[in-house]
Amino acid sequence: MTAFGKLIRTTAFRLTLVYLFLFALFAASLLGYFAWNTRRLITEQITTTVDAETGEVSEIYNHRGLRGLVFTVENRALRPGANLYLVTTPAGVAIAGNVGSLAPGVMGSVGWSETAYRRLDDQDAGDHRALVLVTELSSGFRLLIGRDLEERRRLFGIVAQAAQWSILVVVVLGIGGGIFVARRVLRRIDAMTGTTQRIMAGDLTGRLPVGRSGDELDRLASNLNAMLERIEALMTGLKEVSDNIAHDLKTPLTRLRNRAEEALAKSASESEYRAALERTIEESDALIRTFNALLMIARAESGQARGNMDDFDAADVASGIHELYEPLAEEDGMTLRLKTAAAPLHGNRELIGQALANLVENAIKYGKPVQPAATGAVVSLDSKQILIEARREGDSVLLSVTDRGPGIPQGDRKHAVERFVRLDTSRSQPGSGLGLSLASAVATLHGGELRLSDAHPGLVAALAIPARAAGGDRLAVQTQDVPQKVA
Amino acid sequence: MTAADRKMRLLITEDDRESADYLVKAFREVGHIADLASDGEEGLALAESGDYDVLVVDRMLPKRDGLALIGALREKGNRTPVLILSALGQVDDRIKGLRAGGDDYLPKPYSFAELLARVEVLSRRNVGPAEETTYRVGDLELDRLSHRVARGKDELTLQPREFRLLEYLMKHAGQVVTRTMLLENVWDYHFDPQTNVIDVHISRLRSKIDKGFERPLLHTIRGAGYMIRDGIR
Repeated sequence: MTAFGKLIRTTAFRLTLVYLFLFALFAASLLGYFAWNTRRLITEQITTTVDAETGEVSEIYNHRGLRGLVFTVENRALRPGANLYLVTTPAGVAIAGNVGSLAPGVMGSVGWSETAYRRLDDQDAGDHRALVLVTELSSGFRLLIGRDLEERRRLFGIVAQAAQWSILVVVVLGIGGGIFVARRVLRRIDAMTGTTQRIMAGDLTGRLPVGRSGDELDRLASNLNAMLERIEALMTGLKEVSDNIAHDLKTPLTRLRNRAEEALAKSASESEYRAALERTIEESDALIRTFNALLMIARAESGQARGNMDDFDAADVASGIHELYEPLAEEDGMTLRLKTAAAPLHGNRELIGQALANLVENAIKYGKPVQPAATGAVVSLDSKQILIEARREGDSVLLSVTDRGPGIPQGDRKHAVERFVRLDTSRSQPGSGLGLSLASAVATLHGGELRLSDAHPGLVAALAIPARAAGGDRLAVQTQDVPQKVA
Repeated sequence: MTAADRKMRLLITEDDRESADYLVKAFREVGHIADLASDGEEGLALAESGDYDVLVVDRMLPKRDGLALIGALREKGNRTPVLILSALGQVDDRIKGLRAGGDDYLPKPYSFAELLARVEVLSRRNVGPAEETTYRVGDLELDRLSHRVARGKDELTLQPREFRLLEYLMKHAGQVVTRTMLLENVWDYHFDPQTNVIDVHISRLRSKIDKGFERPLLHTIRGAGYMIRDGIR
């Protein structure tokens, strides 16, 4: 497509043309109305004065007879101005007045008519027109009084010319303006198209130019930029994840393989083979668990698990998880306590239960006090206690797990949520390093977040999820714009 | 052991040749009869004609999808218990599978012990005696109505959850019950705990029902799960 073709196909240009047409139509009708009204006004004025003069002259004739009439008419006909006078005998012979010639038949018909005429003193053969009134006097004489229409014609001409010019100006300015606007818009759209093409080609760092005017194109561009930002973050996250997966799954797979190889090469007895095989199964079970957790996180993050949401009370989930893990904590020498208040929620009960279970498992694994608690430092929690809490706080439901362990240093908290991150560098505890990632993904899925904070000493890990409103506006929760964290 | 109680007739509908052969062989080794169908149409035809105790159906099959197979079967009034095997292990997939008429759902990859335990439980349901109000294993007695548990002459005090755990185990007395089955049926959670949380509950229960008695009733089945049964039978 040629540049001009592209230009005239823009929406801006087409809109301009439409407006242009409308404006021209408007201007034309306005001028037309004006011209027509003026013409009517002038005609009215002429008829009124001619009527009056005819009455006056007829009166003179009635009082003073033909002589008076001729005298008056001759007298008035000599005055400078545009008035026409003519008196004819019943036979049609002109006896007074200043009219040289008329269109044939004018004097024959009584009443108003428009006619071409020539004055007696007029030498040129110019075509003049006049509005005349012919009356028949009592004795059969006829009297014509009229006004020249030159003034009316000139005025009309002026208006017509003004109309031509104004329409011309409107058209020229309109087309010019349209081209200007269209080119401006086109330039910006072209810039956007260029950027998108670059992005499509693989350069995800490209961003659309955003002007300062804040108009609709700027808003569109900044929205698209936000979208690109999110896509880039997701892509980066995805890449990180696949790198991590490659690393964290390859390691156990290698271990698995080495073990099988070693068993094959060195095992002598059946019991040795058996032991090697059992270890292999254990190892692969752990791998499967890791895979499942990864898939679960991916699903929660992509929002696919948004089906299966229903209304329930977070307090029930908390007490269920408490009940499930209480013996395990006890086995480890810890006490699991529960504190709940009604906290209605709309969400995926299964996922929230699992997220809370992960937090509790973490607390049991890592929440043991490092040293005997400083005397008097702890108010309500014994140093070996873990507290599961469900309550409503403002618009959120908080499902929190508080332990009295070493906690997580401020600087590490963000890092701790990432996949496969295990702050316990010795890796002495079993686990995939996905627990907090999953909890965080579940919170995000529900439009909330995972908050890690200091319990002085210890860690508070809390799922903060928007509460279900009393009226049960589940839709609001479900379709809520999930604030996404950069993975 | 358990398979000897009752020989089952199984139909395995699975399109992956290798895993299908493995399943058929493994089921035969523990004494069951297993037939094989390799696509949805064949599976449906066999399921309709044969008298099977349990159908094991892969979710994704050529010609006719696993869920469609179950749907068609149920529409014709066939109530044979179905266990769905699926690579889609997520909660909503499981719910979809159960809604389509499946009786149990096992995500891949699974252990054969888990599959066997679940199939046996399903099959027992097929012939299921009317739900009894009292379960008895050896001298252990559980009354489901009064929530009373006694071993011999000793009355035992159980927590509500321990009661439900024991109830489930006794309902399937003589059958292997896996950890995930317990988590699903007693706690109604379908996730995979990373810890031995179920084992701790079992050992608590065990200390209540077996401690101080000569003959243990609650057994750990290595590599599979737990089973409650009277040792000598």
